[in-house]
Amino acid sequence: MTHPPKSSAAPPGSGVPTMPSVPTQAKPPAPAPQAPPPAPVPDPAPARRTAFAEGLDQVRAAATTEPGRLRIIGAALALLVVLFGAVTAWQTDDRAAAADDVLNKSQPLSNAAADIYRYLADANTAASSGFLAGGQETAASRERYEEDIDKAASGLVQAASNSDPDSPAAATVTKLNRLLPEYKGLVERARTYNRQGFPVGGAYLRYANEKMQEEMLPAAEDLYTSENQRLRADYGDATPYPWAAIGLGVLALAALAWAQHRNYRRTNRVLNHGLVAATATTTVVLLWLVVGHTVARAGLNDSYDHGVRSLNVLHDARIASLKARGNENLTLVARGAETVTKKNAKGEDVTYDAYDYDFNTDMDALGKGLAAASKLADDDTGGKPVTAAEGNMKVWKERHTAARAQDENGNYEAALERVIGAEGATGECFDSVDKNLDRALRHEETEFEQAAGDGLDAMTGLSVGAAVLAVLGAAGAVLGIGRRLSEYR
Amino acid sequence: MRGRLRTSLRGWGGVGAMAVVCALAVAFVLLLPLTQSHGDGSTGTGGPGVTHAVQAADDDPCTDPAIKAAPEKQTLSPSGADGATIEKIKARQGEKRKLIVGVDQNSYRWGYRNPNGGANADLEGFDIDLVHRIAQDILGDPNAVQFKAIPTNQRIPAIQQGRVDMIVRTMTINCSRLADVAFSAPYFKTGQQVLAPKSSDITGYNDTLARKRICTAEGSTANTKLEDDKKAGELVSSAKISPPVPNQLDCLVRLQLGEVDAVVTDGALAASQAAQDPTVELKGTPFTTEYYGVAMKQDADDLVRRVNRILVDYRQDTTDGWQASYDRWLSATLDKDSAKSEPPTPQYLRKS
Repeated sequence: MTHPPKSSAAPPGSGVPTMPSVPTQAKPPAPAPQAPPPAPVPDPAPARRTAFAEGLDQVRAAATTEPGRLRIIGAALALLVVLFGAVTAWQTDDRAAAADDVLNKSQPLSNAAADIYRYLADANTAASSGFLAGGQETAASRERYEEDIDKAASGLVQAASNSDPDSPAAATVTKLNRLLPEYKGLVERARTYNRQGFPVGGAYLRYANEKMQEEMLPAAEDLYTSENQRLRADYGDATPYPWAAIGLGVLALAALAWAQHRNYRRTNRVLNHGLVAATATTTVVLLWLVVGHTVARAGLNDSYDHGVRSLNVLHDARIASLKARGNENLTLVARGAETVTKKNAKGEDVTYDAYDYDFNTDMDALGKGLAAASKLADDDTGGKPVTAAEGNMKVWKERHTAARAQDENGNYEAALERVIGAEGATGECFDSVDKNLDRALRHEETEFEQAAGDGLDAMTGLSVGAAVLAVLGAAGAVLGIGRRLSEYR
Repeated sequence: MRGRLRTSLRGWGGVGAMAVVCALAVAFVLLLPLTQSHGDGSTGTGGPGVTHAVQAADDDPCTDPAIKAAPEKQTLSPSGADGATIEKIKARQGEKRKLIVGVDQNSYRWGYRNPNGGANADLEGFDIDLVHRIAQDILGDPNAVQFKAIPTNQRIPAIQQGRVDMIVRTMTINCSRLADVAFSAPYFKTGQQVLAPKSSDITGYNDTLARKRICTAEGSTANTKLEDDKKAGELVSSAKISPPVPNQLDCLVRLQLGEVDAVVTDGALAASQAAQDPTVELKGTPFTTEYYGVAMKQDADDLVRRVNRILVDYRQDTTDGWQASYDRWLSATLDKDSAKSEPPTPQYLRKS
């Protein structure tokens, strides 16, 4: 392996043990270190200089001899490789932590927030449907209400334990935690009075509805929005390329290559074991870093494009369908009490029933959401429920029109039957839309978890591996240079 | 820096004030015709050829002391003849052949949905009986009615916009409403009364209301009366009028939740509230005398006359008329004896 030195690049002062015993040489002659070195004379500097300046002088002095140069090179190489390892470990650790947050924290939280909204809105719809039925609420609607409230409450507990204290999300959760029992109390009173046959029960329900619509649902929407922002921020932290680490890796490799080339020029030896080992580990770390991160990034981007985007669209569609159902019920509860005046296409003022107008707006949002979701759905399992939901929505609209016609004609009971009745009512369509959206959501969730999990897996061990390999690489560089240095003893 | 900012702003104070004054003047000039045209709205809906005593008195019926004292007398004499309005109602075809009536669905025993009223959960109550009677007379079918639930403050707009043919919803006849709608003869007598918890130290509409929070419905007689009395100094000045609620029944909710200390509403409705909660009661006697009437569009003369004739029949009908309805719905919550609630023999002073 070690070739005999050739004439041209003979090591300077070969055979002469010139290992300088003192790093500082006061005035070294230019070409080669002298033997014996002059006794080190303490530099009688006229004024005391900074440690840095003195160190610089020492380095400069060392650079004049080959062993000194070798030492500097060895130290620089080791430092560069260690630095590369450290930056790699730090940057990948950051990204892995963010990716882990995406998978295990912010996405589940964003989901939980959407669920809180859904359960609250659904509970309110169940309560108002019970009231609409005129008589006493059915066991089914009561059960649905109770279940929704329980789920909303446990969702709030989860959101509370996962939000940082003093964050706006925590304040929103606190507010919702305060309002939920208030709301429930109002509904309970409504129930009691309803049982006694007093219309003040209806007044309590209106009050509860007002609290839900004007305070609780907006707060839940805020929570959803802020959790979504957090999710996006975590994606932003997890996906950018670790340029600092990559740059340092390239730099370390270049330095190692230069050092080996220099070595070859001076000694005609092709390979230096230590330096080769250092180069190999650095290359491994750099490749691992680039490939691992690219795979992780692809996984995460995939989880965003095929998971989170679909999930967002589906959540929005589900919220729109819930709002539409709530407004459809309120149209019958309010019985024309509230109207809005809007300009039609010709610019004329037209008066609409306020709740029916909102219903139509919500249905438009639902239609748009479903269309977007079916565009985003990339496989059959994801697309089927969305298509089915679109079908349900069409039937819902038809039945709603029929129910409205009955109400407009003054056949209130017939309209009621078509909205909350047992068979052929719009309630069936709403339930089907909800069920299908739930199916689609669960599918997209699995897709998200798979893709994001793959991404996270690609980063496994990268930071620890990079640190260990970098230390090995640095050791190799030091040993390699040390071997060369030993030739000067 | 701050000092420099302050000096640089100092010169602008006068200019700013002038700009504000100019803006206010412009806004005032622009808004003035608006407020006036609002008052004139009644003239417009009156239509050509309709010149009632109301308009003679400077467009505001309340400026005429006779009308102000007895607004319930400002109605047209009874007649069974069909006119343009009734013919339009009768011309409705098929399923739409119904009288569209604005009612309340929250007034216990007046107009409400009984939660235990069976699967249909029809509206029922004293007002609802009268509506069925009117529908029977005009369309020959007591159930040819489309009920619309109208909040208190929407009663007048609902009539003016033609969303309903009439409002039968414990609506007090008063002079300011006469500027916007036409009323039938009175069909019920009541007065404003205070409702408070039995344990409360409030004794009626007097100084015991000091520092109490009082609930009223938006657009209700009670709300207007309280605001007026407070301005005039007739209500103790420390009484707080809470932000009005959409319906008088919402006041009972606020009262039970401790958000208000007292409710002021028509005695008839206050009694309905007390009937739903044994811990509250009417305090003192009614401090006004008011009459409920059926409200209709101002130019619907034939309909007003028709309703007045129906009311005459309804009160004379002993088996299934006014008295029977009173006994059925109100004798339990009001007096056993209906004498206090019976309006006087109607007078028809409106000439056209």
